[in-house]
Amino acid sequence: MTVTTPDAGPARNGPARFGVPGRLRRLAPRPALLVASTAAVAVALVPLVYLAVRTAEAGAERIGAELWTERVGLLAARSLGLAAVVTAACVVLGVGTAWLVTRTDLPGRRFFAVLAALPLAVPTYIAAFAWVSTVDRLEGFWPAALVLTLCSYPYVFLPVAAALRGADPAQEEVSRSLGRGDWRTFTDVTLRQIRPATAAGALLVALYVLADFGAVSILRADTFTRAIFVAFDLGFDRTGALVLSCVLVALTVLLLAGETATRRRGARYARLGGARRPANRLRLGAARWPALAALVAVAVLALGVPAVSLARRLVSGVSRPGALTEVATAAGNSLWLSLAGAALTMLLALPLGLLTARAPGPVATVLDRLAYLAHALPGVVIGLSLIFFGITVARPLYQTSWLLALAYATLFLPLAVGSVAGAAAQAPPGLEEVARSLGRGPLAVLRTVTLPLTLPGIGAGAALVFLTGMKELPATLLLRPTGTDTLATELWTATSVGAYAAAAPYAALLVAISALPTWWLVARGGLLDKEDR
Amino acid sequence: MPVPARRSLAAVAAAGLLSFGLVACGSGEDDAGDPGKAGDKIITVYSGRNENLVKPLLDKFSQQTGITVKTRYATTAQLAAQLLEEGDKSPADAFFAQDAGALGAVAKRDMFAPLPAADLEKVPQAYRARNGQWVGVSARARVLTYNADAVPTAELPKSVFELTDPKWKGKVGVAPTNASFQAFVTAIRVQHGDQKAKDFLAGLKANEPQIRDNNVKIVEDVDKGTIPVGLVNHYYLGEIAKEKGTTPDGLKAKLHFFPGGDTGALVNVAGVGVLKRSAEDPDTRAFVDFLLNPESQKHFAEQTFEYPVVAGIAAPAGVPPLTDLDTPDIDLNDLDTLDATITLIKDSGLVP
Repeated sequence: MTVTTPDAGPARNGPARFGVPGRLRRLAPRPALLVASTAAVAVALVPLVYLAVRTAEAGAERIGAELWTERVGLLAARSLGLAAVVTAACVVLGVGTAWLVTRTDLPGRRFFAVLAALPLAVPTYIAAFAWVSTVDRLEGFWPAALVLTLCSYPYVFLPVAAALRGADPAQEEVSRSLGRGDWRTFTDVTLRQIRPATAAGALLVALYVLADFGAVSILRADTFTRAIFVAFDLGFDRTGALVLSCVLVALTVLLLAGETATRRRGARYARLGGARRPANRLRLGAARWPALAALVAVAVLALGVPAVSLARRLVSGVSRPGALTEVATAAGNSLWLSLAGAALTMLLALPLGLLTARAPGPVATVLDRLAYLAHALPGVVIGLSLIFFGITVARPLYQTSWLLALAYATLFLPLAVGSVAGAAAQAPPGLEEVARSLGRGPLAVLRTVTLPLTLPGIGAGAALVFLTGMKELPATLLLRPTGTDTLATELWTATSVGAYAAAAPYAALLVAISALPTWWLVARGGLLDKEDR
Repeated sequence: MPVPARRSLAAVAAAGLLSFGLVACGSGEDDAGDPGKAGDKIITVYSGRNENLVKPLLDKFSQQTGITVKTRYATTAQLAAQLLEEGDKSPADAFFAQDAGALGAVAKRDMFAPLPAADLEKVPQAYRARNGQWVGVSARARVLTYNADAVPTAELPKSVFELTDPKWKGKVGVAPTNASFQAFVTAIRVQHGDQKAKDFLAGLKANEPQIRDNNVKIVEDVDKGTIPVGLVNHYYLGEIAKEKGTTPDGLKAKLHFFPGGDTGALVNVAGVGVLKRSAEDPDTRAFVDFLLNPESQKHFAEQTFEYPVVAGIAAPAGVPPLTDLDTPDIDLNDLDTLDATITLIKDSGLVP
C-alpha cells in the first residue's frame, strides 16, 4: 500500500527551535545542512576556480583564438553525439536488463544480475585496450560508443533494478484491472515509476562519457577530452587545454539544465510504508531464449573480451610483474587511497544528499547541480587544479594521500550525493518529524533516525566512489604521494613500455578488487534475495 | 527496512576511526611535499621516463651513494605541466625528461639552474642546452620501422618525404601526439622552412596514415604485419623484443635509418635539468654526474637500447653506432619553437 506523507503538524513546529524567522527559514531551510552543503559544493568547485584563474590569465585574444574555431564546434558536436548515443544505448541496455532480472521468470536471473553490474569494475582503458588487441584497425566514434556503453550501462542498470524491485506493484495492478495490456502498463506505469532512477543513471552515463579519456584516446574518437589530453601532450600547452576544458564545463551545464528541465516536479514514487510486496513476474515462455541469448551476448562483449584478451597477453609475453610484495603494496595503496577518497566523499555528500531530499527547492537544486559541474572534467584537469590548490593554499597537504582523496571527492561527489538523496527520499520524513516533536534535538535526530535510515544509501554511494576511485588514473598520476604506486599506475607503467604480460596481473587484480563492492551493490539492491514468495 | 540504531552508531564510529587512521597514515608522508634541504641525502626526481626503464639505474645510484631518490613517475608532458604549475614552490630537485622539448619548455620559464661545466662538457654541443640549463643523457634516432615480409629493402624510401607518395597510401603508422613526432616536425621547419613542413603534413594526412596512440602500438602492428611501415624512435624495437622474449633481430619489424642527412633521421635526447633551488645541492649534482658516468651510459645502451651520449661507450646491439648515422645537421636547441609546430600539426587534421 502507498501511504501519503503525513506532512502536517510536527513539521510546522520544527522551525521555531532553530530560532530562525519564518521568511528566512523559507529562503534557507535547514541552516545547518545548508552551511555544510555549501561547504561541500565549494570543495567540488575548486577545479572551476582554477580554470577561471588560468583561463583569465590567457587573455581574451588567446581565448578567442582557441575557442572560435571550426575544430571546437566539431569537437563539441562529436562529444555531445557520443554522449547521446552511449546514454541512449545504456538506457535501453540498463532498463532492459533490469526488467528481465527483476520482473520476469528468466532462468538464472540472479546470476545475470551480478554479471550485468560487473562491467562497473572494468576501467574503460582496459576494455578499450582489450578491444583493439582483439579486433584489428578498430577506431573511431562507433567503436568508442560500443566500449563506453559496455562499461557504463551498470550506472543505469543498478538504480533501475533497485527501483523496479522497490516499486509498488499496486499501480500496475490497477492499470491492468482498468484494461491496459502488459505492454501499455509497462510504458505508461512502470517506465514512469522508474523514471527518476533512469534519469539519474542516464545523467551519470552522459557525464562519464564527456569525462572519459581511456576509451576515446585508445580508440581515437576525437572528443573534447581527447583534445584536452592531446593539448597537454602537444607542446605542453596548458592554456589551450584549459580553454577547451571551459567548453566542457559549458556542455555539462547544458546537460544538467536539460536533465533538470525534464524532471517532473514533485514526482515521487517511493513506497512510503506498508509491507514490501513483490510484483508478479512475467512468464517469458519461448521468449526466454532470445532474452537469455541477449544477456549472454552482452556479458561476453563486456566481460569476456577483456578477460580473454588479458589472458592472451599474459601467456604471450615474457615480462612479469615485480615481486609479490610489490603487487601487494600496489593493491594496498589502491585500496587505501580509494577508501580514503570514499570516506571523504561521503562526508561531503551526506549534507548535500540530505538537503536535496529533505529541503527540496531552488537552493537545494542549485547546490546539487553545482556539485555535478566538475564531474565531467577530465582527471588531468582536476589533477592540475588540485596541484594549484595544494601549492598555493594547502601546502602541507601537497603530494599526500589527502589531496588525492580530495581529488576523488571533487570528481565523484555526484555519485555519492545521488545515492544518499535517493535513500533519504525513500525514508519517510514523518519519522524525523515525530522524533523532533518528541523533543529530540537536531543532532540526536540525525544520529538516531536520519543516518540509520540513509545508511544503505551511504553504503551504496561509498561503494560506487570506491570502485570508481580504484580505476582513476590521470588525477592519481599527478597527485599521488611521490613514490606511491597503485594498481592503476602500475598498469600504466607496464603498458607504456609494451610489457603487457606484466600488466595483466595488475589489471586482473584491479578488476577483482573492484568486483567486490560491485557485488555488494547488487546484493544491496535486493537482486540476490531468494524468491520473495 | 529500518536499521537498528546501534549498527548505525557502529558505522559512524568506524568512519570516525577511519578518519583518524587517515590522519595517522597521512602524517607518515607529510614530508612528501617538503622540498628538503641541500645535502640531506634525499633528492626528489620527477621522471617522465618509464619506471621499468630507469628504476634499476636509480636503485644503483642509491646503493652507491647512500642518497635516497624519491621518484615521481608520470608522462613527460604531464610532469612538465606539473612543474610549470608548481613554479618555484616545486618539491622537485631534478626533472628527468623523455625529450628535449619538455626540458626546453621548463627552461623557458627560467626554472632550471645552469649545470656545472664538468657535466656539460661530457656531452656534444648538439645534445645539450646552449645556456647549460639541461643536458642530454641518452639519444634516440628517428627511424622508419618496416615489416620485412611486407616491404623489400629495395623499396624502402630514401627520404621521409617520399612517404607522402600515393604508393604508401594507408601504409604508414604515425603517432602525431607523441613528443618525438613533434620534434621531428620542428626539425623539418628548421631544415626546410615552414611551407615544406606544412606540405609534408598535408601529404601525410591525404595519404590516410594509420594513426596510433603511441610508438609501442605502431611497432607492435608493424611486427604483426597489420601496418607495413611506421615512423618511430629506434629503441621501441628493443622493448617489444624484450616482451616477446627475443632480441630485435628476432622480430619481423626492422629498422631503416634514412640516409643522406634526411630530416627523418633526426636524433633527439632524453635529458635532465636541475631545479633552481637545488643548484648547490651536492646530492642532486651527484645524481647528474651519475647519469653521465660510463656505467649508467652502458645501462642505457644495454637495457633501454638507447645511444649513449658520452664518447667512448658502445652503441646498443643491432644498430649502427651514432657516429655512423647520417644525421641531419640540426641543433636540438633550435627545436624550441614548438608553438608554430603545434599549430601546423593541429591544422593538418592529424590530431583532434
